[in-house]
Amino acid sequence: MLNVEHLTKTYKTGDKALSDVSFTVEKGQVVGLIGPSGAGKSSLIRCVNRLVEPTSGAIKLNGTDLVGLGAGDLRRARRRIGMIFQEYALVERLTVMENVLSGRLGYVSFWQSFSRRYPGTDIERAYRLLDRVGLIDHADKRADALSGGQRQRVGIARALSQEPELLLVDEPTASLDPKTSRQIMRLLIEICQERDLPAIVNIHDVPLAQQFMQRIIGLRAGQVVFDGTPDQLTEDVLTTIYGAEDWTAMRQGAQEDAQAERDAAREMARLGA
Amino acid sequence: MTGDFPKEWQYRTPKTKLLIWAFWLCMVAGFVYCWQVMNEGTIWFFVQDAPKQAADIGGRMWPPKLSYVPELMRPLWDTLNMATLGTMLGVILAVPVAFLAARNTTPSAAILRPIALFIIVASRSINSLIWALLLVAILGPGILAGIIAIGFRSVGFVGKLLYEAIEETDVTQIEAIRATGASPSQVLNYAIVPQVLPAFWGITVFRWDINIRESAILGLVGAGGLGLKLQASLNVLAWPQVTTILLLILLTVVLSEWVSAKVRTALI
Amino acid sequence: MSSYPTTWKRPPQIFTHRGWRIGLQIGVLVWFVLAIGSIDANWERIIAGAERGMRFVQGFLQPNFTSRWSDIYGGLIESLTMTFTSTIVGIAISIPIGIGAARNLAPAPVYYVCRGIIAVSRALQEVIVAIFFVAMFGFGPFAGFLTLSFATIGFIAKLLAEDIEDIDESQAEAIRATGASWWQLINYAVQPQVMPRLIGLSLYRFDINFRESAVIGIVGAGGIGATLNTAIDRYEYDSAGAILLIIIGIVLVAEYGSSYLRKFLQ
Repeated sequence: MLNVEHLTKTYKTGDKALSDVSFTVEKGQVVGLIGPSGAGKSSLIRCVNRLVEPTSGAIKLNGTDLVGLGAGDLRRARRRIGMIFQEYALVERLTVMENVLSGRLGYVSFWQSFSRRYPGTDIERAYRLLDRVGLIDHADKRADALSGGQRQRVGIARALSQEPELLLVDEPTASLDPKTSRQIMRLLIEICQERDLPAIVNIHDVPLAQQFMQRIIGLRAGQVVFDGTPDQLTEDVLTTIYGAEDWTAMRQGAQEDAQAERDAAREMARLGA
Repeated sequence: MTGDFPKEWQYRTPKTKLLIWAFWLCMVAGFVYCWQVMNEGTIWFFVQDAPKQAADIGGRMWPPKLSYVPELMRPLWDTLNMATLGTMLGVILAVPVAFLAARNTTPSAAILRPIALFIIVASRSINSLIWALLLVAILGPGILAGIIAIGFRSVGFVGKLLYEAIEETDVTQIEAIRATGASPSQVLNYAIVPQVLPAFWGITVFRWDINIRESAILGLVGAGGLGLKLQASLNVLAWPQVTTILLLILLTVVLSEWVSAKVRTALI
Repeated sequence: MSSYPTTWKRPPQIFTHRGWRIGLQIGVLVWFVLAIGSIDANWERIIAGAERGMRFVQGFLQPNFTSRWSDIYGGLIESLTMTFTSTIVGIAISIPIGIGAARNLAPAPVYYVCRGIIAVSRALQEVIVAIFFVAMFGFGPFAGFLTLSFATIGFIAKLLAEDIEDIDESQAEAIRATGASWWQLINYAVQPQVMPRLIGLSLYRFDINFRESAVIGIVGAGGIGATLNTAIDRYEYDSAGAILLIIIGIVLVAEYGSSYLRKFLQ
């Protein structure tokens, strides 16, 4: 369970990214974080594992407050939190296996990781996870030899190999095409349900969020302006989150996307027939 | 049509024109002044005599003395060793310097980074021949002085290019590894080293290629290798031997350049 | 239940064949032992030299600028004037050669001649060229000036030619389409595209020429190198340290100055 209490982040430049953000994520709950760019979504999830230092407030993961932990304790806390990135953020020149095993770095000594001699259980888990995300045949390939969707699957396997108690997901589908985006989202949701894993998902694509999330939090200019189920996300609410003009533009964009996708599907069906 | 439009058009405003003229004037004046200062001590008789001298030397240089080649094999071996061992020494010294100099990996930006940057500049400013001159005076003649000279000169070159490569690493990959709870040394090993490794090998091979050229002449100041033979031949005015040595150097340089180009394309 | 392997080894990335890999490792090891063995270090001489080495380090830390100041000053002026004139002359000669060595502008015979000049200039080490020029023109900065000009040609002309070959062809085509002559083509299509980089390269070459001027002095081509050589020959390490520090300082100033100028000009 994650409690975020009165979280505030002000950057050195004076920009206020987050002001007094509070919410709680229950076990197994997948929360979508929506809002226009610059609303503080990225700062918020980076504050949780302190890749960005919060200015004030508390972040409690199953009781321990992460704010104010020293370097060693912070590393122990970080290994309990898996993170999945927008541009996959795999180490491109390492093999897929090394990327998945790198999720165990917080658990092994430097020499074990340097010589790539991980405990048998870690290797077994890595293979199991690669099998789960459908990439077991690619273990020895280099990460830069994979496609976008495959790389994001490796990113998921890496985060899961940490055996995390919480998943932070930063725009998982921003660099993927619509079809792969849906596959990745479905995989994420399934995995969270299997493991009863709470997750916070930054997502810019509102229809996608409505389709997959159990709960949605709307951020605007660093403040929580909406917190509820996807059904409660009405036109009015979305207008408050995104502002009237942007929302209309986004909705049109989404409709065009959907239309294009339907056309493409029809075309495929015609060609197949 | 109407004559409302100007008939004259100037590429530059009068002010920029003036500035450009002033710039050229300064360059010409500076050049003339420098030319005079530089040539105060020049004996123009020698300069007029130069074509004759050149023809004379050229005539004596040809044909090369091929029977001298076997005697050059040992110095060639020394030259290659000097370049290769010197490159290794330089790289070993340059790696820590580069990590101290890179903004994103330096442990202390206030003290260690300036020191590392100074080491890089000092090593880069001083040519290996000057290092060799110093080291021969200190250690005595021989290839050891040559190896260290090559090594010292390579530190700056490798260090500079490597620290630039380290600064250009992709931050998200580093962030991802940090997010797993990795310690700083693990971040180095998993996120930074794999990213700079290709650059590292490229730089090393490139420097090795340059070092082959440089080590060929270090013997002129006593640091062993082909240069030593060159110096000896020049001293006794054995021009055909000089030609042979120069041709051998040229051949080695061309070969090493070819090898280095091959390896670098294979790496990318 | 657990059918997954519990061991994993990183597959080799470059030499995938086992035999080749082992052979290479043995080869490198043998070479290394032989190479280290060929260092004929004279330990007594080195131990004796340690004291001199300490004196050099001291000389570097406490440089003596004053006692040989007039020599240092003279050498420095010679080096700087040599650098300035040779850079200008070198560039002036490089420009026509660089244009001639660009495949998209020059006819085949001109192209090969210019490429030949560049290859010769690049293949010959500055120091070797300096030895010959000193033999021909006598000791002093004039030989150094010629050496540096010669070396500049290879450097600038090659990079300029590559730059010209990389220009945006559509711009050249557009100018050609207006019926422009070859000279107009150079002036309107090529010059604006390569000028900023040519200026950058010239400044960079100035920097290199200064560093090289310190080296070719050792073989008799004048400048600060000659002063340095004398200082080391006389075991005056404090003066040598001063000279080296001056060289480092000037290189630093030239480097920062040129990067600033490049930014300012772009």
